[in-house]
Amino acid sequence: MPVSVAPVEVSRPETDQRAELDQPWLTIVWNDPVNLMDYVTYVFQRVFGYSKAKAEKLMLDVHHKGRAVVAAGAREAMERNAETLHGYGLWATVSHDA
Amino acid sequence: MAGFRATSDGVTARFAKPEAVIIRDLVGQVVELVAADMPPPASDDLAALVGLTEDPGLADDAGLPEDPVLARLLPDGYRDDPDAAHEFRRFTESGLRSAKVESARTLLDTLPAGGGKVRLSSDQAEAWLRSLNDVRLALGVRLGVTDDYDGLGEDVQADDPRYAYIQVYQWLAYIQESLVAALS
Repeated sequence: MPVSVAPVEVSRPETDQRAELDQPWLTIVWNDPVNLMDYVTYVFQRVFGYSKAKAEKLMLDVHHKGRAVVAAGAREAMERNAETLHGYGLWATVSHDA
Repeated sequence: MAGFRATSDGVTARFAKPEAVIIRDLVGQVVELVAADMPPPASDDLAALVGLTEDPGLADDAGLPEDPVLARLLPDGYRDDPDAAHEFRRFTESGLRSAKVESARTLLDTLPAGGGKVRLSSDQAEAWLRSLNDVRLALGVRLGVTDDYDGLGEDVQADDPRYAYIQVYQWLAYIQESLVAALS
């Protein structure tokens, strides 16, 4: 199921957390010298349901720019992403979209 | 070893005995490393199921492992926030270690020690991918792979102790790529 990377559309309750929700958390994947390009593309497709074209573009961003934002949204979801990506051996971190 | 290919119900490849021996040995080494000091399973199964347990075996000051291979296999979840990285590790590290051991075990269970034909379901193939990748990450760290691997080993002579490992590292990349292709 293809999903958009960023910004993720989330239905947001009108609460005082609105300001924080408007600045979502991010899952970032960093370049590393070992992971194979085809493998990284495969993982992005598998974990996020992205199309091959989108997964390849993100992989190339990681490769050429050193990092790429692969998902955005609630902090807990981004932490789960990082945990899943660590399971695949990708170097992923969570950060706040400041 | 001609790499993996897709079949109607999964993927298949054939390994010669020395190939199986090498892979099993390296996977076993990763298991030993990852399983060392592994905390016992959480006693509260329900809490563990919903992801609420802290790792009881992780010290309060648990940080990035000192061993560079372990540090790469169990990386920080936050880059510039040590407190958040620590919290992330407390809640995820033991699960991550278990998952890596589980993938390795699947590979060891499906690769005959004497070599031969390997047939994998898609779930087993996933476990192979993760486990082969862990082995490559470990080898990459030990070999000091710092840039994209094209050209790796060009200046390493055949009598260098690293030479054989570089060959294995590149051969594992070939296997892993064939597996990705067979699954795609």
